[in-house]
Amino acid sequence: MSETALSARGLNKHFGSLVVASDVEINLPPGVRYALIGPNGAGKTTLINLITGMLRPDSGNIVLGNDDITALPPDERVRLGLVRTFQINSLFPHLTALESVTLAVCERRRVAETWWRRLTAYSDEIDEAHQILSALALATAGNRVTRELPYGQQRLLEIALALATRPKVLLLDEPAAGVPRDESKELFAAIAGLSRDITVLFIEHDMDLVFRFASRVIVLVGGRVLVEGTPAEIAADPRVRAVYLGKTRQGLAQGRAL
Amino acid sequence: MTTQAIADPHEFLKAQIRWRCSEIAFWLATLLPFVLAPNYLVLASQIAITALFAMSLDLILGYAGIVSLGHAAYFGVGSYTAGLMSAHGWGEPLTGLMAAAAAAGLFGYLTSFIIARFRHLALIMITLGIGLVLVEAANSASWLTGGFDGLQGIHTWPILGKFGLDLYGYTAYSYSLTVLFAIFLIARRLIHSPFGLALRGIRENGPRMPAIGAPTREHIRTVYTIAAVIAGVAGAMLAQTTETVSLESLGFQRSADVLVMLILGGTGRLYGGLIGAIVYMVARDQFSGLNPQYWYFWIGLLLIAVVMLLPNGILGGLSLLAARLGIKS
Repeated sequence: MSETALSARGLNKHFGSLVVASDVEINLPPGVRYALIGPNGAGKTTLINLITGMLRPDSGNIVLGNDDITALPPDERVRLGLVRTFQINSLFPHLTALESVTLAVCERRRVAETWWRRLTAYSDEIDEAHQILSALALATAGNRVTRELPYGQQRLLEIALALATRPKVLLLDEPAAGVPRDESKELFAAIAGLSRDITVLFIEHDMDLVFRFASRVIVLVGGRVLVEGTPAEIAADPRVRAVYLGKTRQGLAQGRAL
Repeated sequence: MTTQAIADPHEFLKAQIRWRCSEIAFWLATLLPFVLAPNYLVLASQIAITALFAMSLDLILGYAGIVSLGHAAYFGVGSYTAGLMSAHGWGEPLTGLMAAAAAAGLFGYLTSFIIARFRHLALIMITLGIGLVLVEAANSASWLTGGFDGLQGIHTWPILGKFGLDLYGYTAYSYSLTVLFAIFLIARRLIHSPFGLALRGIRENGPRMPAIGAPTREHIRTVYTIAAVIAGVAGAMLAQTTETVSLESLGFQRSADVLVMLILGGTGRLYGGLIGAIVYMVARDQFSGLNPQYWYFWIGLLLIAVVMLLPNGILGGLSLLAARLGIKS
C-alpha cells in the first residue's frame, strides 16, 4: 500500500505565454476529502484536465498509487481508477439514466465490445447500474431520457457515471455548479456519503460547502499552489484572504466561524 | 413514457428490444413484389442489395457518427472479389459472398486505424480520398479488373446448386431478400447489445466516452470493420445477380447516393437505410421514366425538402406522426 492515492509531481503547462500550471505538487492520501479552490482562471479545471490526461503536461509526472500514469490515455487512467466528473453537464442526452450507467458498468467489466449478445442478458451489469442509481436516489428516474431529467438529477447522474467505473480517486469539477443552494447541500451529502475507500478532490466556489465537506484545502492561484492546509488554516491565512479580498470574504468568515 | 417511468429496469430494457408490429408488417410487405409486381423483381432485387448497403452505412453514420463519402470502396471490394472468383471459374454464390465479406472486412479493418483517429470534415475528406484512390487503382489494374470496360466473364452458378438466375429476377430477389433479412437480424442484435449501447454513447457524446473508461477508437474500429463486411456482401450480391462489375461499383457516385438514401430514410434507426433505399430507387425508376436526363433534379429537390422539413428523415417523420396520432409504433 502506498501512502498517497494520487500525486502530481512538478506539473508544468503553458499555452503560448500563458502559464496555466507551474510546478504543481499535490499529494492526496487515500480516503481524504480535498477541496481545490482558487479565483476564476486559477487553473483548477486545467489541473484536472492534466491529471486525467485530457491535456498533456509540458513536464512533470502523475502517479496513481504506485504507477506512473503520465503517458497513459484518459480511458486507461479511468480503468485504473482515476475518474472525473465535468463542470458543465456532459452526459448522453438521448440515453436513459439507466442505460448511461449500464454503459459505464459494461465498459468497466470489458463487455462493451460484445455485439453478438443482447444487453438484457447482462442482468448483473443492469442490477449494478440500478443499485448505483438507487444509492443516489435516482432509481425512479432510471428509465427517463437524460435530457428530460431535472438539472439537479443530471448532476447526480454525473456522479453515478463516475461511480460506475469504481473509482479509487474521484475528481469532481464543481459538482454543484448551477444547482440551487438547498439542493447543492443534498448533492454534497451524497458525496460525503461515498465510501472512504474513494479519495475525493472537488472544485467548489461556495466556501460554506468547502469548509463543511473538505478535510483539507488546496488553494490554486495563477497555476501555482499558493497554500495547502486544513480548512481552519486556510481561513486564517492572510495570503488567501488577500487573494479573495472582497469577493468571497464573507464566505471565508463563515468558514472560520464553523 | 410516464407509465414506464417506474417499471422494472430489466422489463424496460426488454420492451425496447421486442419486435414491433410495424417491423413485422414491413418484412411481410417485402414479399409483396412476388405477387403484386412480378415484372419489377429485378428492380426489387437491386433495392434489397442497396438497402443492405445503406444499412451498413447506418451502423457507422447513424450509430457511431462517422460521416463517410467513400463507403462504396468496401462495396466495390466485395463486388470485385466475388466477380473475380466467378470470372476465374468459381461461380458458387455463397462462398463468393463469404470471400467478399472477408476481403471487404480486411480492407475495412486496415483503413479503420486511420478512420478512428479523425472526426467531422477531416473524416469526410479521408473517406472520400480512400474511395478515389481505390477507383483509380482498379482502373489502372485493368489486366485484373477490366478497367473502364468492367469485368467480363462472370457467371453465377445456381444458388445452393438448385436455383439458377432467371430473366425475371425471381431467384435474384429471393436471394438478395434472404441475405438482407439474415444480415438485418445480425445488425438488429448488434444494436441491442452492450456494443450497440456503446455506439449510441459515442454518437451522443463521443468526447465523454473516455471519461467512463471506454476505448472509443477500439469501438470505432470494430463497427467500421463490421460495416465494411456488410457493404462487401452487398457488393458481392450485385456482382452475382447482375453478372457484371464496373468501376461504378467503387465510385464516388455510389458513395454519395447511399448517403442520400440514408439521410432520406432517417439515420440511427436501422430501418432508415431500408426505407431510404426503397424511396430513392423507386423514385429514380419513376423519375427517369418521365425525364431520363434530369432525374437528379427531383432527387435533389426531395433531399432538400426532407432535410428541411423532417430532420430525422422519412422514418423520423412517420414516428412523429404516429406519436401525434397516439399510435404506439
